[in-house]
Amino acid sequence: MPEPAKSQNGSLAHKAYHWLDSRLQIRQLVDYMGHKVVPVHGHSIFYYFGGLTLFLFMVQVATGILLLMYYRPGADSAYESVRFIVSEVSFGWLIRSLHSWSANLMIFTVFLHMFTVYFTFAYRKPRELTWLTGMGLLGLAMAFGFSGYLLPWNSLAFFATRVGTGMAGTIPVVGDWLMIIMRNGEEVTGATIGRFFGLHVAILPALFTVVLSVHLLLIQRQGMSEPLEWRDKPPETKKYIKFFPQFLYRDLLVWLIALNVLALLAVIFPDGVGVLHWPLGEKADPFAAPPASIRPEWYFMFMFQALKFLPAHMWFITGELFGVLFFTIGGIIWTLVPFWDRTSLKGRRSKMVIWFGLLALVFMIVMSILGYVLD
Amino acid sequence: MKFVYMMLMAGLLVAATPAVVFSDNCLDCHQTFEDENGPSHLITKDVHYQNGLSCVSCHGGDSTMSDMDDVRKSSSFRGVPTYLQVPDFCARCHSNPDYMHDHNPRLPVDQLEKYKTSIHGKRLFEKHDTKVANCVSCHSVHEIGNAKLPYSSTYPLNLPFTCGKCHADSAHMAGYNIPTDQLAGYQVSVHGKALLEKEDLSAPACNDCHGNHGAAPPGINSLAAVCGMCHAIEAELYNASPHRAAFDELDLPMCVVCHSNHKILPPGDFMIGLTDPAVCGNCHSRDDGTKAPATIDSMKATLANLSQARDSARQILDDAETKGMMTTDEEFLMKEVDQSLIQTRTLIHRFDIDTLGPTAVQGIENARKVQTESAGLINQYYFRRKGLAVATLIITLLAIGLYIKIRRMGR
Repeated sequence: MPEPAKSQNGSLAHKAYHWLDSRLQIRQLVDYMGHKVVPVHGHSIFYYFGGLTLFLFMVQVATGILLLMYYRPGADSAYESVRFIVSEVSFGWLIRSLHSWSANLMIFTVFLHMFTVYFTFAYRKPRELTWLTGMGLLGLAMAFGFSGYLLPWNSLAFFATRVGTGMAGTIPVVGDWLMIIMRNGEEVTGATIGRFFGLHVAILPALFTVVLSVHLLLIQRQGMSEPLEWRDKPPETKKYIKFFPQFLYRDLLVWLIALNVLALLAVIFPDGVGVLHWPLGEKADPFAAPPASIRPEWYFMFMFQALKFLPAHMWFITGELFGVLFFTIGGIIWTLVPFWDRTSLKGRRSKMVIWFGLLALVFMIVMSILGYVLD
Repeated sequence: MKFVYMMLMAGLLVAATPAVVFSDNCLDCHQTFEDENGPSHLITKDVHYQNGLSCVSCHGGDSTMSDMDDVRKSSSFRGVPTYLQVPDFCARCHSNPDYMHDHNPRLPVDQLEKYKTSIHGKRLFEKHDTKVANCVSCHSVHEIGNAKLPYSSTYPLNLPFTCGKCHADSAHMAGYNIPTDQLAGYQVSVHGKALLEKEDLSAPACNDCHGNHGAAPPGINSLAAVCGMCHAIEAELYNASPHRAAFDELDLPMCVVCHSNHKILPPGDFMIGLTDPAVCGNCHSRDDGTKAPATIDSMKATLANLSQARDSARQILDDAETKGMMTTDEEFLMKEVDQSLIQTRTLIHRFDIDTLGPTAVQGIENARKVQTESAGLINQYYFRRKGLAVATLIITLLAIGLYIKIRRMGR
């Protein structure tokens, strides 16, 4: 067992470090982190998107816990409690605004992180599991968004959830069962809020924490992926910085900038702006006519719009089912990219991977834009 | 070959048979010499024709005959009625409950009876005045439409002009000693604008006040009842007011005294007062020896206070809303203020300050509450901005410090 570090001076920080080190031997961890390095190259900025997502997730957890103090699930209390939070609770409006903004920014940075990893082939061996856990985190983040959308129990959320859960019903064999499980009944009711609330504050956070821990552990264990071009580069021409403290300080700087942006957005646009808009509006009324434009959150828009373009029937199946199958198969192919891309293993860029990625990216952007333009 | 030829002829005969059975010789013949405004063309738009009736249903005769002389000689031929005969001509069916029950049970069957009680009917039947309206004057002759259809002359949006065809024609109305400015007045009235410009079909047209088949000008005694059909609360308040007895005694036409009849302009607080443009001064003066001037002043002041409080509250609330503050509760309270203002304006018709006072006071209190709460929201907005500025400054300084540290470490 290594000797605990000796305090070099009498500052409070060093005393605390010594106190901890004498009990937990944290010097080992510090030494390990001190040896860890991060590659420096033209695309080094991509390394910060994962950390940025982690920061936004932490904001989500912190603001979510504060909202939980006042939020009351249920058809008779959900809307009223959110209204109470934003109008009566001190800084309640700010907490809700921060929660909503950081949720949307987190989904954005998750997508950004995924595409940068994809286009730099950072998913290749030995990081297949890191990619798979990352995809799992993306799915969980979207599930967070979907389940959280209903919780204010306002008109738009109610009808959008009805449409969203209704799509699950189109899946063959298990569709009806899945829809009933999601809705906690045949229709979207107060019981659905209970189910979504449970998912949003207990099940998803637990799953997310586990998958995130594995994801972070894998990153710490395997380090940052080096660019493909470095494969044949002489070691003396490769540049690195130490993870601790250089990279960590840079990460902190990005987090501070993100915090500033988040604070500005949350205060200046508490109800969102443009397509990112979450006014509380009217309370959900199942018997009222649906709003003129029911639309999902922006990150589901590409799927929503694509499904709208599909005809009622395609060959022997419904257009909706075709769309659901199309996205399911597309998602599986995307997720399994580390296993079918053999080219990047040889240090070469796979044209097929690049074209597939570009196609998916253009499809998502065009469909999302059309979703808002044609609305 | 002969068999094939016979079969072909038989087929043609069968194919031609329905055409022979369903042809209408009246139309076939009349359409050859009438232009597109002729009855035989217009009738295709007619509600009767569209429901299976044809020329012979009204004019009699036999539509299978091809010679007009034979038609005229047929026992059922009724021909064209004279202007005086038209009401009875239409009433053959429209006053026949059995017939109407089979064809359109929703329609009443008392049109002729009502018409006989109308000014139009009386003059037609008693004085044989053929300038007054009969059925076809309003409904047209051969393109009669259901009143629910937009092209019909009796559709609410068309009805004022249908009546105006005669009543706005000074040459036609000469000799009747009644004005001809009703349509012009109605068009600029609050009712006319609602109906003709906003196309609000619930707004009254001529027939809603005057009746349709029993059309008559409302008498002085029935005016409150006519206006009160829609303005029930105002009518009730008026009947309980000191004006009711006074107007009855002076034979004044109730609502019309202040609001006019056809040219009913949007009412407003300006109408209360003793000087122009207020209407109270038309009858009352400062020294008329009644309690009226004091009541008028008091009502005017109360309304002005409430209006001013409401406008100020609205302005500050809009400001808070523009700044992005959550104003749901204040908006809810503001609706109560608006409601108080509407109620106070309605209560004017009771002409009693004790009746409208409490409602106005409640409205003013609520308006002040909205002002106070909205001002609080605006203060909160500026507090947020200042807080944001401080937080941004601190975070920025931290970021700059960290950046300097990173730069130093890089050297």
